[in-house]
Amino acid sequence: MKVKKFLAFLVVLASMLLVLAACGSGDEESSSSDSSSENGQSKEESSDTEADDDKPYIAIISKGFQHQFWQAVQKGAEKAAEEFDVEITFEGPDNESQVDKQIEMLRAALDKDPDAIGFAALDSQASAPLLEDAQEKDIPVVAFDSGVDSDIPITTAATDNYAAAAEAAHQMASLIGEKGKVALVVHDQVSVTGVDRRDGFMETIENEYPNIEVVDTQYGKGDHLESTNLAKTMLQAHPDLAGIYGSNEGSAIGVVNAVQELGKEGEVVVVGFDSGKQQIDAINNGVLSGAITQNPESIGYETVKAAVDALNGEEVPEMIDTGFYWYDSENIEDEEIQAAIYE
Amino acid sequence: MADTAVNKQGNSKKLLGGSQALQQILAFASLIILIIFFSVASENFLTWSNVEGILLSTTVIGILALGTTFVIITGGIDLSIGTGMTLTSVMTGVFIVYLGLPVIVGILGGVLMGGLIGFVSGFSVSILRIPPFIATLAMMMIAEGLSLVISGASPIYFSDVEGFNQIALGSIIPAISVPNAVLIFFVMVIIGWILLSKTIVGRYTFSIGSNEEATRLSGINVKKWKMIIYTIAGCFTGVAGVIMASRLNSAQPSLGMGYELEAIAAVVIGGTSLSGGKGSLIGTMIGALIMSVLTNGLRIMSIPQEWQTVVIGFVILLAVYFDMLRKKGE
Repeated sequence: MKVKKFLAFLVVLASMLLVLAACGSGDEESSSSDSSSENGQSKEESSDTEADDDKPYIAIISKGFQHQFWQAVQKGAEKAAEEFDVEITFEGPDNESQVDKQIEMLRAALDKDPDAIGFAALDSQASAPLLEDAQEKDIPVVAFDSGVDSDIPITTAATDNYAAAAEAAHQMASLIGEKGKVALVVHDQVSVTGVDRRDGFMETIENEYPNIEVVDTQYGKGDHLESTNLAKTMLQAHPDLAGIYGSNEGSAIGVVNAVQELGKEGEVVVVGFDSGKQQIDAINNGVLSGAITQNPESIGYETVKAAVDALNGEEVPEMIDTGFYWYDSENIEDEEIQAAIYE
Repeated sequence: MADTAVNKQGNSKKLLGGSQALQQILAFASLIILIIFFSVASENFLTWSNVEGILLSTTVIGILALGTTFVIITGGIDLSIGTGMTLTSVMTGVFIVYLGLPVIVGILGGVLMGGLIGFVSGFSVSILRIPPFIATLAMMMIAEGLSLVISGASPIYFSDVEGFNQIALGSIIPAISVPNAVLIFFVMVIIGWILLSKTIVGRYTFSIGSNEEATRLSGINVKKWKMIIYTIAGCFTGVAGVIMASRLNSAQPSLGMGYELEAIAAVVIGGTSLSGGKGSLIGTMIGALIMSVLTNGLRIMSIPQEWQTVVIGFVILLAVYFDMLRKKGE
């Protein structure tokens, strides 16, 4: 009896696996086939098929697709494609945990034998063998956004976080009249973005504004609650604080919460980074003076441009700064800002 | 307050009661010493608004710690409270923002969701006989994943829900401008204290923790009571989740991981023994306050954050070491 049950279980299990395998291969097929078939999940967009041989073809694999940020990157890439008369496809997995799906997309893209590849790796290690393939086939790889941890890419098109944080410092300085005490709430003391966004701000203040003193830097892991508590403590420790800078969404919101909970709206200048509904609301109600946002359209544009330059045999710099915007209540409705920020 | 329960197990009242009280006095004394130290170190420490800030920052971890004290006294552990709290705040968001239910229903829903998480953990521990560490580790992951799935991995905002922020930050007694979250914390301390020292739940909690087998042999349905205890702890998690959501005016699905360890640290500093059978909620309250006074004080002195963490680590070591010395003395 028990054996029978076990056998039945095995049969069921095997058939389930078969179904899954069938689904899997179906998925694979549709994502590796050309643009005439869309599988809805990971949408692939191409203005034409690669049959059009005279135009160079650049395959771009991003880290996402649905998020507004990636749609803006795509928009920029398409703009450049039109300008330089190249063919592009732009695709990415549904979310940033689907490393396997992204690898699948990269493999499919390589199979199409593109002239160049734009790639923002979810996992540099996992994509290494495929990138080596690309190198063997002499397909130039342009890394973008957080880039790829490897020397294969010819360049990386990404936000210069140090320069962006320096701009936040300049804005802070002018908002507080170039004097007084400021503090930083940073999301992380180890990651590259955390360090760049801290040092860019701090060193700019120290080097260029002798009358501004950086009195404290604390790290809140980008955790909204922890950032709120620590920003609140900072305001207690330094009641005469003129301004606080939050280095990402969670940090900036923490500072905004702290200022609101203490009823210090208007007394303390808050400068943020990135966007999100709460930061946009805080700018509209005046608690947040403004924030820095990356420029996703420019990331897409520069990626395609660098690939084109490489195809034309031109030198490309090792790093391409894709720029950033400062946005506040004055320009938040502008088209270029609206394209760069999201709720 | 543990005396009554301990008594009924026929242990020596004088010794245990004495050392329990001693531990609490020790913890309380450390808290006072810390407060005096920081007051001298920084003039900005002992201001009303900073004290209010300390109390407010104690609430979430504090309420989590209160709930998990019950579980720890039974000799168990609950690792799911951090992400479980996140799941309850996400569910509160779903009820209020997505489904448009009245705020009070959303709050109750959040608290009951916490109870459900606790119940599932309790079921795994008592009926399926999975060790608490593993059962609640699994629950921690399930809750973390579900929070992301249910919310679509993006925050749920309560900005359009009139007054939601006031649940934690408003002040129901205008005369003393203490945020509601702090009042809720103290109310939870009282509720927990009554449950633990004045009701049968509390008696069985201690009894299971001191000797589960003896408890079972004396005819008590240990499985049932364990599930009840985990469910009660889960309800505390739910309350913490609602307060968290209200204070941030949003349910942030990716937060929560790590909060369980801070809560467990608070419980341990408060003198509750991880091997079960002993502990008190007043101790946990003091433990949670020590944690937040320490964090706040070190921050106010602008001690680099890396060192803050080191100091807190040492405090936990010391607290547990003293606890062990005390036990040896018995």
